[in-house]
Amino acid sequence: MSGISAEQVAHIANLARIDLSPEEIATLTAELDQIVDSVAKVTEVATPDVPATSHPIPLENVFRDDVVGETLTVEQALAGAPDHDGSRFRVSAILGEEQ
Amino acid sequence: MSDDIIRLSASELGERLAAHEISAVEATQASLDRIAAVDGGVNAFLHVATDAALTAARDIDRRRGSGEKLGPLAGVPIAVKDVLVTTDMPTTAGSRILEGWVPPYDATSVRLVREAGLIPIGKTNMDEFAMGSSTEHSAYGPTHNPWALDRIPGGSGGGSAAAVAAFEAPIALGSDTGGSIRQPAHVTGTVGVKPTYGAVSRYGAIAMASSLDQIGPVSRTVLDSALLHDIIGKHDHHDSTSLRDRWPSMAEAVRTADVSGMRIGVIRQLDGEGFQQGVLDRFHESLALLEKAGAEIVEVNTPNFEYAISAYYLIMPAEASSNLAKFDSVRFGLRVTPEGGGTVEDVMAATREAGFGAEVKRRIILGTYALSAGYYDAYYGSAQKVRTLVQRDFNAAFAQVDVVASPTAPTTAFKLGEKSDDPMAMYLNDIATIPANLAGVPGISLPAGLAAEDGLPVGIQFVAPARADERLYTVGGALEKLLEAEWGGRLLDQAPDLTQLIAAQEGAR
Repeated sequence: MSGISAEQVAHIANLARIDLSPEEIATLTAELDQIVDSVAKVTEVATPDVPATSHPIPLENVFRDDVVGETLTVEQALAGAPDHDGSRFRVSAILGEEQ
Repeated sequence: MSDDIIRLSASELGERLAAHEISAVEATQASLDRIAAVDGGVNAFLHVATDAALTAARDIDRRRGSGEKLGPLAGVPIAVKDVLVTTDMPTTAGSRILEGWVPPYDATSVRLVREAGLIPIGKTNMDEFAMGSSTEHSAYGPTHNPWALDRIPGGSGGGSAAAVAAFEAPIALGSDTGGSIRQPAHVTGTVGVKPTYGAVSRYGAIAMASSLDQIGPVSRTVLDSALLHDIIGKHDHHDSTSLRDRWPSMAEAVRTADVSGMRIGVIRQLDGEGFQQGVLDRFHESLALLEKAGAEIVEVNTPNFEYAISAYYLIMPAEASSNLAKFDSVRFGLRVTPEGGGTVEDVMAATREAGFGAEVKRRIILGTYALSAGYYDAYYGSAQKVRTLVQRDFNAAFAQVDVVASPTAPTTAFKLGEKSDDPMAMYLNDIATIPANLAGVPGISLPAGLAAEDGLPVGIQFVAPARADERLYTVGGALEKLLEAEWGGRLLDQAPDLTQLIAAQEGAR
């Protein structure tokens, strides 16, 4: 077993900004342990002499002319927003009391 | 009349439209009527765009009536996977977090099909954010396989495949990250193609794993996929990974398909253990037909494919965890404020808890873990090295053969619910399709027949080198012709009567 703890899953959930319930953390801890155990097999063949591939078809220097293209209007950009003031997205406080 | 229309392939319908024998409004209405009749039992559609489709159809009829020269599929209805953003239809990617969202722009592939005169008739169901192999992870309920309503239609693009198999639409758009076009084709007796990575623009496709995702055609015939591929396979400056190649006509490759002298490699690692007997039987019969038609069948060895699923289930969640960070309750979609309020981060965490389903959370957590300090090199770094090894396996194979072949998936359609509690068992469905995504190479699945033990469809997959997509259409077109000569028609002609299946199901309730 890779030994993933519930505390670790809770920490990861916090990093990923998902407010998981205690039951979800318990389930995910067990599942994650099983999945990570299984996929850890990649380390068997990933020896230092093998280069990593991040992108299947290598491309270099993808440029375009520096001209303004089609952009969304303010109305279009705000159309799907849960809350806005007509020109900006509106959110709740950025900082909590302890910050 | 309308029953005849819905059974026409897209290319046949296109010819009848061009000859003024059928109008675009009639073709669109026939699809809409079929959806109204059967989609209560299939659940392939999340949204049906009745008014917009009929308006677009009237416009095509007017243009054709005024003598305008239109493309081969002008006036043909098309279903669009809900992962592609559309200005006139809500786009949810199968998630609650985007329920009711109407995007401010069209995906490039959608724009191209509109420009070619196709009629988008609706958005198709899918696993949430394309994460799954069965559509059971859709927030809006699963899609049912038109061959047997208690079975999965494949995933993530089960909606597009089922819509085509149920004659609700002649053709559809899909997306394929680890097999989401090809595996649904396999279990529904239809055709699906994942083009070379970068051949079709991903602009406006809600990203799961950006280095693996690719948009492609879903259809009932190989020629129809080729015609759609020719329409959407264009360079797009909105996608920095879009290729600038000049492509040959895929439709021409189907029409002139000839496999004599073609070398086909059978992947030893995907031909035996873990595969259902009926799947292997149909696979080998197809190979025998191709051999009789002049192809040379040899065995190829891909020792690193064994590690492909593991690498995929590290790379894909890692990329997905980053891509899904955009669902933050600020610019679009759901916002849930915790009791008593909270900071923007509290709102974000409450929204993502309420808006994402279990599989999406599982993959975000797995991906965040794989990318976190202390584990990055062991997991994500190693997975990227396996990606190199899988590419080398393909390169070695393609030094010997023109295309490689395997069954598309290990089994026929399993029952809804059968694997939904076992993530690892679900992930193994993609064993034969994932290597192509890791390497960026193109693949096709087309019907190979029915498995003797359960009477359900089986697909055969061909994979070609990067940028050699036309070989898929050569071998696919040739095999389809050989098989249909054996069957005396299309495989879907053998499908049970869907209205009777639905009536029986309702009677049993």
